[in-house]
Amino acid sequence: MFRSNVLVCGGTGCTSSNSELIIQRLKEEIKAKGLEKEVNVVRTGCFGLCALGPIMIVYPEGSFYSMVTPEDVPEIVEEHLLKGRIVKRLLYQETVQDDNTIKSLNHTPFYEKQKRVALRNCGVINPEKIEEYIAVDGYAALGKVLTEMTPQQVIDEITKSGLRGRGGAGFPTGRKWSFAAANHADQKYVCCNADEGDPGAFMDRSVLEGDPHAVLEAMAIAAYAIGATQGYIYVRAEYPIAVRRLQIAIDQAREYGLLGKNIFDTDFCFDIDLRLGAGAFVCGEETALMTSIEGKRGEPRCRPPFPAVKGLFGKPTILNNVETYANIAQIILNGADWFASMGTEKSKGTKVFALGGKIKHTGLVEVPMGTTLREIVEEIGGGVPNGRKFKAAQTGGPSGGCIPAEHLDIPIDYDNLLSIGSMMGSGGLIVMDDTTCMVDIAKFFLEFTVDESCGKCTPCRIGTKRLLELLNKITSGNGELEDIDKLEELCYYIKENALCGLGQTAPNPVLSTLHFFRDEYIAHVTEKRCPAGACKALTNYYIEPDKCKGCTLCARNCPVNAISGTVKQPHVIDTKKCIKCGACMEKCKFSAIVKR
Amino acid sequence: MKSLAELQAIRDKARAQVSLRENSDNSIRVLVGMATCGIAAGARPVLTTMVDEVAKRQLNNVVVTQTGCIGICQFEPVVEVVTPDGEKTTYVKMTPEKAIRVVNDHLVNGNVVTEYTIGANT
Repeated sequence: MFRSNVLVCGGTGCTSSNSELIIQRLKEEIKAKGLEKEVNVVRTGCFGLCALGPIMIVYPEGSFYSMVTPEDVPEIVEEHLLKGRIVKRLLYQETVQDDNTIKSLNHTPFYEKQKRVALRNCGVINPEKIEEYIAVDGYAALGKVLTEMTPQQVIDEITKSGLRGRGGAGFPTGRKWSFAAANHADQKYVCCNADEGDPGAFMDRSVLEGDPHAVLEAMAIAAYAIGATQGYIYVRAEYPIAVRRLQIAIDQAREYGLLGKNIFDTDFCFDIDLRLGAGAFVCGEETALMTSIEGKRGEPRCRPPFPAVKGLFGKPTILNNVETYANIAQIILNGADWFASMGTEKSKGTKVFALGGKIKHTGLVEVPMGTTLREIVEEIGGGVPNGRKFKAAQTGGPSGGCIPAEHLDIPIDYDNLLSIGSMMGSGGLIVMDDTTCMVDIAKFFLEFTVDESCGKCTPCRIGTKRLLELLNKITSGNGELEDIDKLEELCYYIKENALCGLGQTAPNPVLSTLHFFRDEYIAHVTEKRCPAGACKALTNYYIEPDKCKGCTLCARNCPVNAISGTVKQPHVIDTKKCIKCGACMEKCKFSAIVKR
Repeated sequence: MKSLAELQAIRDKARAQVSLRENSDNSIRVLVGMATCGIAAGARPVLTTMVDEVAKRQLNNVVVTQTGCIGICQFEPVVEVVTPDGEKTTYVKMTPEKAIRVVNDHLVNGNVVTEYTIGANT
């Protein structure tokens, strides 16, 4: 029996900051101290607080160590694991109270407001051990469904729970399943969309890495509900850890007879295979995804017919997002009423957000629907760093829009976000401060959609290209007032005429920034000025003569020798030579260099 | 997988390992002194025996953890039992055999083993 469990995050974030080496060192040190029979080292999925990685939690004490380095490992083993003295200097400071005692992680600002349903096992179990998933009631929902419920009862339960698709559009999951169940065919399919492509979104990856069996179990439940026998998980090849853990999970589930023939000694047979995507954003669109699984070029097609009627290989198919699946087993075990008790009137349950951008606690958070943006950004996320001011948050990635400061108190759910011109999207939430130019942000997302447009339909292929050209014209200082009107008109044209979701939503970042920050567009055009100081073509660096002490530091650091002046005399920047790298501004000790 | 009972059996077996990772404010805490003095006096086998015995009896409300030196080195190995209401019992000069009895009498049945406590040994 182990007396202590040391959990080390093995998610992509912490792995990239060396958690593998930490695990290796831990095992070596523990062995050297003869503790290998007493202390269990567990590689888990993501804990959520990625900003402070690599993260290590030691139980039973529940000590939360953050930003651990391999060099810290001998001290942790010697002090904590051998002698029982917690290494306070490495603790996440929010868990250390004023009187020097340690409080539970669940009472820190980052975790206190969270409610973990989809992420409940991430950072708790070893994702590569099916036994640990079973220990936390894993596969009990599948057992219950197969032995006690009819397919119709399963669909009714999911419908009653009010669960809506977490991929972004928010279609009611129960209704999707009932359509597929109603279509009779010799073969049906259950697919999982793990082609998470929004810039800044990584919640699906974390679920796959931290709790892969939850997805497999839910797909089996869905298959039973609609009468399918084969499932596919379409996961991007850029997620190597997720792919590996999914494959391990599938192999283990087969070994235990939880996938395969006659599961739980019933007539139900179901198996799952992986399909790797090459990273095309459009393959997150359902028809393109299925075309890609079929082995063809990933291009969308017209709907109807919808996948529930004619999907993969022309057979009725349901396709749900990873996070949607991660809720299913919990709904079956705890009941639809439990799930429906969380959230708002039309959006039930919780939502995972990937917090990124100008925010202190970058990471993954899961909150009940209806939590306000202010709570997420200021309380859980710790606010905007470096004393800057919150300007806007971007949700929904390239398909979404931005939410300005005046809407900070809006309770976040599907319908509220739509009403202010954004969308839930898959849950990427990028925070922007007052140094972010909104025209530039719109341009960033348009660059992305232009790259990712598959080219099948003209409005998207050429329309987004023209949008980007207009935005380039504006940000380079060559825009005219009528360009803004043209931009808007083209946006609506693309929205109405594009073939698939990618094109139809591609203008959203432009439309929503135009709606909330039109003055910034106008400043770019009429005054040839970027109010946030982000558009390079429109800003110049100047030295304020009264602040400059003539220390020559800037001149020595300028890579293109654009700064001239004599010692102890105010210096001058030659704006023609200047490449606007900002090196001088960073070096100046007297804040004498300004951008305007 | 043939039946729910089979799943349940796997679950129960794996449960003990995972339950260690739950934060609970309502559990009985067993603190074993594991500073240099404690280790030298034989605290390690006491600790492992405690952990094994608690797991064997599936006492899900008991957390066995180690602590540093509390300053009574001549009485090591020292084991403290703290109940959720904050009441503390200090056992001294512990051995693995005594540890098993503390688990059975005190943690399971709620009867303090008076003869092992510090009060009976000073």
